[in-house]
Amino acid sequence: MSSPAAQFKADAKRMTADLRHRATIQTAMGKYEVVRDQRKRWFQDWEGARTLAARTKYEAVNGLDAHLTQFTQKLEARGTKVHWASTGPQACEIILGILKAKNAKVVVKSKSMTSEEIHLNGALEQAGVEVVESDLGEFIVQLRGEPPYHLVFPAMHLTRDEIKDVFEKKLHDAPSNDPEELTMVARRQLRRKYIQADVGITGANYAIAETGMIAITENEGNARLTAALPKTMITLMGIEKILPRYEDLALFLPMLAVMGTGQALTCYNTMYGGPRQSDEADGPEEFHVVLLDNRRTLVLADVEQRDALGCIRCGACLNVCPVYRNVGGHTYGTVYGGPIGSVITPRLRDLQDWKHLSYASSLCGACTETCPVGIDIHHHLLRNRRNASAPKTGKPSWWQCQLFKIYGVIAARPGLWRLITKLGRFTQRFHGLVKGTALDPAQAWTKTRDLPPIARQSFREWWKEQGAHE
Amino acid sequence: MSERDNIFVRIKEALTLQAPARHGHGLPTIEEQRRVMPPVGQTEAELFELFAKNVTDLRATFKRVKDLSEVAAELRALRDAEKWQRVATHRGAIAESQARELALPLMVVEENSEKHELEQCDVGITECDALVAQTGTVLVTSRTAGGRALTCLPPHHVVLARREQMVPDLPAAMQLVQQKFGDKYPSMISFITGASRTGDIERILVLGAHGPKQLTIICCDA
Repeated sequence: MSSPAAQFKADAKRMTADLRHRATIQTAMGKYEVVRDQRKRWFQDWEGARTLAARTKYEAVNGLDAHLTQFTQKLEARGTKVHWASTGPQACEIILGILKAKNAKVVVKSKSMTSEEIHLNGALEQAGVEVVESDLGEFIVQLRGEPPYHLVFPAMHLTRDEIKDVFEKKLHDAPSNDPEELTMVARRQLRRKYIQADVGITGANYAIAETGMIAITENEGNARLTAALPKTMITLMGIEKILPRYEDLALFLPMLAVMGTGQALTCYNTMYGGPRQSDEADGPEEFHVVLLDNRRTLVLADVEQRDALGCIRCGACLNVCPVYRNVGGHTYGTVYGGPIGSVITPRLRDLQDWKHLSYASSLCGACTETCPVGIDIHHHLLRNRRNASAPKTGKPSWWQCQLFKIYGVIAARPGLWRLITKLGRFTQRFHGLVKGTALDPAQAWTKTRDLPPIARQSFREWWKEQGAHE
Repeated sequence: MSERDNIFVRIKEALTLQAPARHGHGLPTIEEQRRVMPPVGQTEAELFELFAKNVTDLRATFKRVKDLSEVAAELRALRDAEKWQRVATHRGAIAESQARELALPLMVVEENSEKHELEQCDVGITECDALVAQTGTVLVTSRTAGGRALTCLPPHHVVLARREQMVPDLPAAMQLVQQKFGDKYPSMISFITGASRTGDIERILVLGAHGPKQLTIICCDA
């Protein structure tokens, strides 16, 4: 198996040359940008809202112990069973244990990136449980045997024809490539599953400490049905999802919608604070909340990057990232792609194996500029680079040292510097003969790019010409 | 030690170091929230106008009527236009009696919450807790709108609201929930903004992904 870095390089090369993929993504992102900007202007003070959101998340993350205690006490007081998992396998085991106790054969799931993170579907299928993803995009990529392409739009990379093909092949039901008809196919298929399923598994967008509730944001109603019809409901969530107070939702619900999809508010924003109560008509008899660490406490321990735990998984930084838009979501080789994924993946997995993601950035800062909770994303990429390259000796590699020594010799001698630049100007005329070939010393750069020509006149020469000030 | 203890040890250890607050700290007040959030009008007329506009933009339907007899007339018109066969509702001050007037087979979820049967109903008629002008949202709960499935499973959700249920904005809606229920929250509180939708295929909007394809809100003045 290739290393994550080699896989990234190979996939990035392939995807950037795939013009059809790029056109699909550019079209989707173009539509998103228009509505997102309209919605930002709908706020009286969008920048002010970002500051308030960042402040709220600062309080949430920096008081995590107290908030988690309050959150779980409130949940338990109303009959919810709370479970704790330090690792992914532990969380899978807890969920499998619940399924076994319920003798569950069919599980319906609404969208949860955390479940992707711990490869829950694989673990459940191995145990012989049928797992059905109910979010339309997730349903489609599950049929294709693919991971989600994007945090918010899992099937963004697919055209209607590709979706029709997979429906035909796997469901034998695809009347046309019309998005509405395809959606209705999924609706019919999944309605049966909601009713049939023994257990519903959901993710969570927020955990409200004050009231002991989880909050789920969605458009399709699939999470609503997942939480309504099966007899047992399980919510899997990272420990960092905390919001301190119920009223914090007033700000976070519309901000997530604006950044995630360009809506004012998504269709369903729902809070769950327990199993069915005695005065309620329906709902699950049991409600389990599984809280997952999985190295989030490592991010918490890093005061420089602690703010990364405030991420609300809106996907806005992916959408604006020039690298993401060209290499695509699957190239990252990790559940959390794009800029924020490049920040947290080296923490959640391994710094050395995933450090290449920190270089998959032009450091343009568009991610930091758009982040609704003010995470210092592109500087964190720089910090990851520093952390990854300051190991054992604390020194750069041998060849880097040699190159900088040579550079030092030239740069310290103005005569030599002038000579070298003149020489460069002369030799660059012949560069066209070897450009991009193995003979080209700058091949790594010029294979896919042009080397800008060295100016015909240096600043020094120009200054001299202007009137001999020297 | 349990995993809970292990996790708390790591959290407490991590939090001994203080992180810089680059954007400031302290939880915002409701006034601070309102200063940045989308504007809403002052008068009741403005709120109703804004709510109606938002609901139309969401491709849902909003009707404001004078009294309960007009509510019944609206429901009858919908029944005939859409050829409803079966109706689902819940026990409530107006929902159940209004649903009965339709003279169709009726499912009252408190008496029968069989999900196969609910799925066969053409419409779910429910009450609500509030209407939010700022976003065109209907607030329902599992206690006041017939549990969890009634507002989501039938293909058409009809909401019966009262004039005084209109609130200006989301902060007010959050306050209302806390004041109304105190510590005894329903197990589900849902902010419904338009009918169920998806854009997962080429970002093209399709209504009726998994939940209702239609949302109708009838607000009664008297």
